[in-house]
Amino acid sequence: MLEISPRKKVYDVCVIGSGAGGGTAAKILTEGGLSVVMLEAGPRLNPDKDFKEHMWPYQLAHRGVGVGGRQAGIGDEFMAPNGFWEIEGEPYTTAPGSSFRWFRSRIEGGRTNHWGRIALRFGPADFKPHSTDGMGDDWPITYEEVAPYYDKVESYIGVFGSKENVPNAPDGIFMPPPKPRCTETLIKKACDRLHITCIPSRMAILTKPLNDRDACHYCAQCGRGCRTASNFSSSQVMIPPAAATGRLTMIPNAMAREIVLGSDGKAEAVSYVDKSTKTEQRVYARSVVLAASACESARLLLNSRSASFPNGLANSSGVVGRYLTDSVGSDLAGVFPQLEGMPVHNHDGVGGMHMYMPWWLFGKKNDFLRGYHIEFGGGRDMPGVGGFQYACDTHEGYGVSLKQAVRKSYGTIIGFSGRGEMIPNENSYCEIDPETKDKWGIPVLRFHWKWGENEQKMANHMQATFRSIIEAAGGKVLGEEQSTPPAASAGESHQIQQQPAARISEGGEIIHELGTVRMGDDRKKSALNRYCQAHDVKNVFVADAAPFVSNADKNPTLTIMALSWRTSEHMLDLAKKGEL
Amino acid sequence: MMDRVSRRALLKSLSMSVAAGSVLRVIPLHAAEHAHHAIEEEQAAGAYTPKFFDAHGYKTLRSLCDTILPADADAGGALEGGAPEFIDMLTSENTEYQEKLGGLLKWLDATCTTRYNKTWVDSAPQQQTEILDQIAYRKNADSDQSLGKPIEYFSFLRNFTADGYFTSKVGIHYLGYKGNTYLTEFPGCPPVPGV
Repeated sequence: MLEISPRKKVYDVCVIGSGAGGGTAAKILTEGGLSVVMLEAGPRLNPDKDFKEHMWPYQLAHRGVGVGGRQAGIGDEFMAPNGFWEIEGEPYTTAPGSSFRWFRSRIEGGRTNHWGRIALRFGPADFKPHSTDGMGDDWPITYEEVAPYYDKVESYIGVFGSKENVPNAPDGIFMPPPKPRCTETLIKKACDRLHITCIPSRMAILTKPLNDRDACHYCAQCGRGCRTASNFSSSQVMIPPAAATGRLTMIPNAMAREIVLGSDGKAEAVSYVDKSTKTEQRVYARSVVLAASACESARLLLNSRSASFPNGLANSSGVVGRYLTDSVGSDLAGVFPQLEGMPVHNHDGVGGMHMYMPWWLFGKKNDFLRGYHIEFGGGRDMPGVGGFQYACDTHEGYGVSLKQAVRKSYGTIIGFSGRGEMIPNENSYCEIDPETKDKWGIPVLRFHWKWGENEQKMANHMQATFRSIIEAAGGKVLGEEQSTPPAASAGESHQIQQQPAARISEGGEIIHELGTVRMGDDRKKSALNRYCQAHDVKNVFVADAAPFVSNADKNPTLTIMALSWRTSEHMLDLAKKGEL
Repeated sequence: MMDRVSRRALLKSLSMSVAAGSVLRVIPLHAAEHAHHAIEEEQAAGAYTPKFFDAHGYKTLRSLCDTILPADADAGGALEGGAPEFIDMLTSENTEYQEKLGGLLKWLDATCTTRYNKTWVDSAPQQQTEILDQIAYRKNADSDQSLGKPIEYFSFLRNFTADGYFTSKVGIHYLGYKGNTYLTEFPGCPPVPGV
């Protein structure tokens, strides 16, 4: 045990993680008058050095794809050092027969730096899945309780969209959406014929100035970082106002190891490894907010063992690490001859889609439960490595005719991605690997993963739907042998990938993993109460996606921020009453 | 033209010109637009020294790239677009690429030596055409299975050359990509029949 110095600094709150949840908590708590120390496992973000906005592929050593051409997509040379599937010295393991990929962002702002900015509210039924169809569990809170916090988040971060009254896809407080691109006009018409709802997307990108941030300038490169912060990231929009209060102490390169309990049974400190000096450190706080990402927060609790919590802190229920879900993902691309020889025009738009398809069969009888939404993109994006394979393989040969064939087919591919709801199952969870430690000596996570039958049926439905949309729009489905990922907008975080028919994504691949420290009214079946406060340890809170009880077909980030805002306001109330 | 140091200095000065009174680390749009045009002017300088191919191999690679995507009346080709440099650099870092391109060059020289008693680069243009026409089409492997590997390797180089050319300044212009710029409003899809 460390000697406790009589002069040690005790903060009101220690927030672990600086992403969507941690950044929101830091802003609300500091503006509410509390002192906050924030531990971030990565470095500070440096837009001057880190952002590749507006660079051309030929200005980068590897034209964007990284050393050996192996970093296409989310880890490529265009992206700020936003995160990685594999981190040197910080492994995770998978149980035999399971496959799972875990994307981690060790940098100020976390995954909000590369977030696709898709900002969808969960709907009323998403908070009551068990009541709706008998599977899974209901949240302890309702849509109506969260709605005011969606309002606050959207008003502050800026989200474009349109009022549509789509069942279970609630409208929000929206800026005007950008006009559709040609590819989107084409697909929208096909969807209208098929009675598939296709509406303006809902993205955390400004189309009007807001709080010192200029409107989007339509360069399509959100994922590379935005110097005008016209898109949302915690690093540029949440952390600065928190820092401006003078009550935020940011400790970068701090890898949290354990939450330390005091003699009163409450958390009193967080021990961490200072990665820059490789020393063990400790910060003291009257309360702790875990916002390290769902699995990292579960890992931290499971690694915080003591005599009173032999199975991990706040885990008397045994649910920590359980109920792990990710979105169901499946992709298909088509080629559209009518897009050949389009007039030269600027197709960029925002970094991502202007239109999308919310789940259009809500409340209908389907051969699977729950639903999915469809994202799509393609067309005359900034040319990128990997974007010409279809044209080359189709034309073959060489010479001027090949060159002309590639030009003719440029911008004619549109890719579709389904993102659906997975129902938690007992075979999908994470736990501490008893054998493996990371380079800091911290035991790592071991993942167990299995998709259920419902998810496979849903992926099949996605494939059939994509096929019907492609054909209705006059296109041709690209076969597996023509597996060319179109150069997704350079700013898009998810590259369009062609998959074998009925392929379902790998667990974790969609980067919507959540549910591992779930909330609930019954302390035997949940770790957190309705305010994301630990049942067992009253001064421990969780503010990432770990508290989620279900993983609706709505990207989780907006809900993470709404819940974190709500939890933070609750903490301010407790502080006023002297109960924090 | 700007070198990397002056670009960094420019960006630094921009980041200090943050909107007065703002606590956000953002730069105003007009400053960002200036930075964009400065970056656009930036050019890599200096001649390229191959990292993987030897002198003969690099000469062969350049010749192949030039044949796959040549200059024409509309625009320069793979050589102007720096495809050989791009291919050499990535190949120096990737053993799978080394195997494929090494295999292709070896096959070309061996075949040309057998048939014409010359290496690929020293063969006459019509001799080169004769060889390439054998390995530029997948269907040729149906009648001669020994062509399977060279066809696969050539297809790989064709894709690689296209990647290098169409991501170059000249190649991007040739394709007609018009973006990576600043718009105050996104105009949407222009009027196009059938769309």
